[in-house]
Amino acid sequence: MAKAISVSALTKKYGEIDAVRGIDFEVAAGETFGFLGPNGAGKSTTIKILCTLADPTSGSARVAGHDVVRERDTVRRNIGLVFQDTTLDSYLTGEQNLRFHADLYGVPKAAFAPRLRQVLEMVGLWERRGSVVGTYSGGMQRRLEIARGLLHAPRVLFLDEPTVGLDPQTRVSIWDYINELKRREDITIFLTTHYMDEAENCDRIAIIDHGEIVAIDTPEALKASIGKDRVQISTADDQAAIRALDEVFGVDSGVHEGLVTFSVESGEHFVPRLFAGMPVAIRSVSVSRPSLDDVFMSYTGKTIRDAEASIGDRNRRIATRFGRR
Amino acid sequence: MATKDIPAQDTITDDELALTETIRVAVPERSVRHDLRAVSIVWRRELIRFRTDRLRAITSLVQPVLFLFVLGTGLSTLASHGLPAGVDFKTFIYPGVLAMSVLFTSIFSAASIVWDREFGFLREMLVAPVRRWAIVVGKCLGGATVATFQGIIFLALAGVAHVPYDPLLLLTLVGELLLLSFTLTAFGVMMAARIKQIQAFMALTQLFVLPLFFLSGALYPLNGLPAWLTVLTRIDPLTYIVDPMRSAVFSHLSVSPLAVHALSPGITWFGWVVPLGLSLALVAFMGAAMLAIAIAEFRKTE
Repeated sequence: MAKAISVSALTKKYGEIDAVRGIDFEVAAGETFGFLGPNGAGKSTTIKILCTLADPTSGSARVAGHDVVRERDTVRRNIGLVFQDTTLDSYLTGEQNLRFHADLYGVPKAAFAPRLRQVLEMVGLWERRGSVVGTYSGGMQRRLEIARGLLHAPRVLFLDEPTVGLDPQTRVSIWDYINELKRREDITIFLTTHYMDEAENCDRIAIIDHGEIVAIDTPEALKASIGKDRVQISTADDQAAIRALDEVFGVDSGVHEGLVTFSVESGEHFVPRLFAGMPVAIRSVSVSRPSLDDVFMSYTGKTIRDAEASIGDRNRRIATRFGRR
Repeated sequence: MATKDIPAQDTITDDELALTETIRVAVPERSVRHDLRAVSIVWRRELIRFRTDRLRAITSLVQPVLFLFVLGTGLSTLASHGLPAGVDFKTFIYPGVLAMSVLFTSIFSAASIVWDREFGFLREMLVAPVRRWAIVVGKCLGGATVATFQGIIFLALAGVAHVPYDPLLLLTLVGELLLLSFTLTAFGVMMAARIKQIQAFMALTQLFVLPLFFLSGALYPLNGLPAWLTVLTRIDPLTYIVDPMRSAVFSHLSVSPLAVHALSPGITWFGWVVPLGLSLALVAFMGAAMLAIAIAEFRKTE
C-alpha cells in the first residue's frame, strides 16, 4: 500500500534555531495521524513543509507520492489545507468562497455544484451558503474551511490545530464532523494538536517535543506502554490508608483531589486484593487507565502545560525574528 | 482518479446524496486554461466586493466632485482672464479631474492585497496550484475594472463641465481610463508585495498621490512653466495620460485652433512635441513593467 506521507531525516533551521531536528515517519493511506506537542515544538513547521509552504533545510518529504520540493504543484493539487488562522474572505458568502477555491484548484465545472452541496451538507452549512462569511460564528467558519479544504477531493487533508480558539462544545462538534468525514471520504488526515483529548481520535500519534519525535504509536499502545493504572479510593481514615498501602502492599500514595491516589499495574486485579488486605473501611474505588497526559509526561518528563510555559521564550524569539506570516 | 457522470444539481435529493459515495473530483493537470480560470475568479472577486461596497463607490467620488465644482467654480472668475472666450475653467480641468477619479480607487484596490494578507485570504491564493502571475494579473485587471467603473460614473457628469457626450470621445476616454487604472493598480500591487502593514501602505499612497496629481498638469497647461516645474511635470507619469485625455476632449469642442494650442499644447521634450501614441505607449509600458516586478515579487514570497 502506498504511503500517503513519508518523511525522512527532515530538518528545518530558522537562523540558529532548530525548529525541526531530523524526524522520520510514515503515514499510511486512509490513516488519521496526529502530531501532538506543545506550542513551539515544531508541529507547525513540519506541517508547513509537508504543505509546500516552507522548504526543508535538509532531508526529504513525500506527500501523496510526490516530493514536496521538486513536485510542489502536484503535491498542492492533492492536498487540502485548514490553517490555524482563518483564510476566508469574510465579505463573500460561503458559496462564493468555495467557488473561488474551486476555480483556483481547477475543479471541473460540472462537478462543482454537486460537490459543493455534498461538502456543505457534511459540515451542516448548506442552508447558510448564501450568507456572508462575516456573519458566521467561529465554529461555522472553521467548518466552512474544512468543507473548502475537501472541495477538490484531496488525497491528504492537513488540519493545523483545527479546534484552537473554539469553545469546548464547538470543539466537540468539529470532531463529529471530522469523524463523519473519515467515514464518508477516502482520505488521509494529518493533524496537529496540543489537546490530549483530541489526539485520542487519531489512529496513530507522534509526540513531538523540541523538534524531535519522542514516541510514535496508536494512542492505546502508547498508554499501554506506561503500564500503570491510576486508582483512587475514598476511605474512613486517609492517613491510615496511606500507611497501610505502604506497609501491606508496598505502594506509594498521596491525597489528590481529596482522594487517596496511587498507580499500580493492572488496577482491576489489584482492587480485590485491596479490599482483602486494607484495615480501614473503603467507601468507593475508581480505576482509570493512563491518559495521554500521563504518556506525554512519561516521555518528556513534564506535562504539556509545563512544556508550553518553558518553550514560550524560545517561541517568542522565533516569532520576533521571522514574523508570523 | 476518474470523473463519474454527475447528475445536475437539482436532480439530487437529500436521500440520494446521503447514499451516493463521495463525488469524485479529478483536479486536472495544470494548464494555461486553468491559470486563465484563476485570473478570471480573482478578477470577479474584486467586482463582487465592489458591488457589495456601495459606500466606497460614493466616497471616492467626493474628491473629484469637490475639485470640479468647488475649485472649478471658485477659480473660474479668476481663471477666465487667462482663458480664451467661450472656454469654461471646469472644461479645462475636467480631463485631469477625471484621471483623478480613478487614482485613489486603483491604488486602494491594490491595498486589498495588504488586507488579504492581514486576514489570511492571501494565503488561500498563494497555496493554490496556479501560477503566481495568474493571481497578480487577476488582481490588476480587477482593480482596473473597478476603478474604470468609478471613472465612468464621473464621466456621466461631463455635461456639467460642458464636455459633449460624443460616443467616440466617451469611448476614447474610457479606453484611456482603463489604461491608467491598470497601470496605477499594477503600481499599487507592486508596493503591496513589499509593504505588509496597511497603515504604511496608506501613508505611502498619500505621499505619492497628491504630488502625482498636482504635477500632472491636471489643473494648468504644460507650456510657459518655470524650468523646475517643466522638468517635474515631464517626470510625472500621470502627465502622459492627462495630456491625451485633454487632447481628446479639446478635439471635440468647438473652439478656435489657437485656443486649443494655448490650453492643450501637448507634452514637449526639449521643444519636441511627444506624439499622443508615444505618450500612451509610455503609460502602457510602465504598467507592464510594474506588473512584471509585482509578479516577480510575489513569486519570491512563501
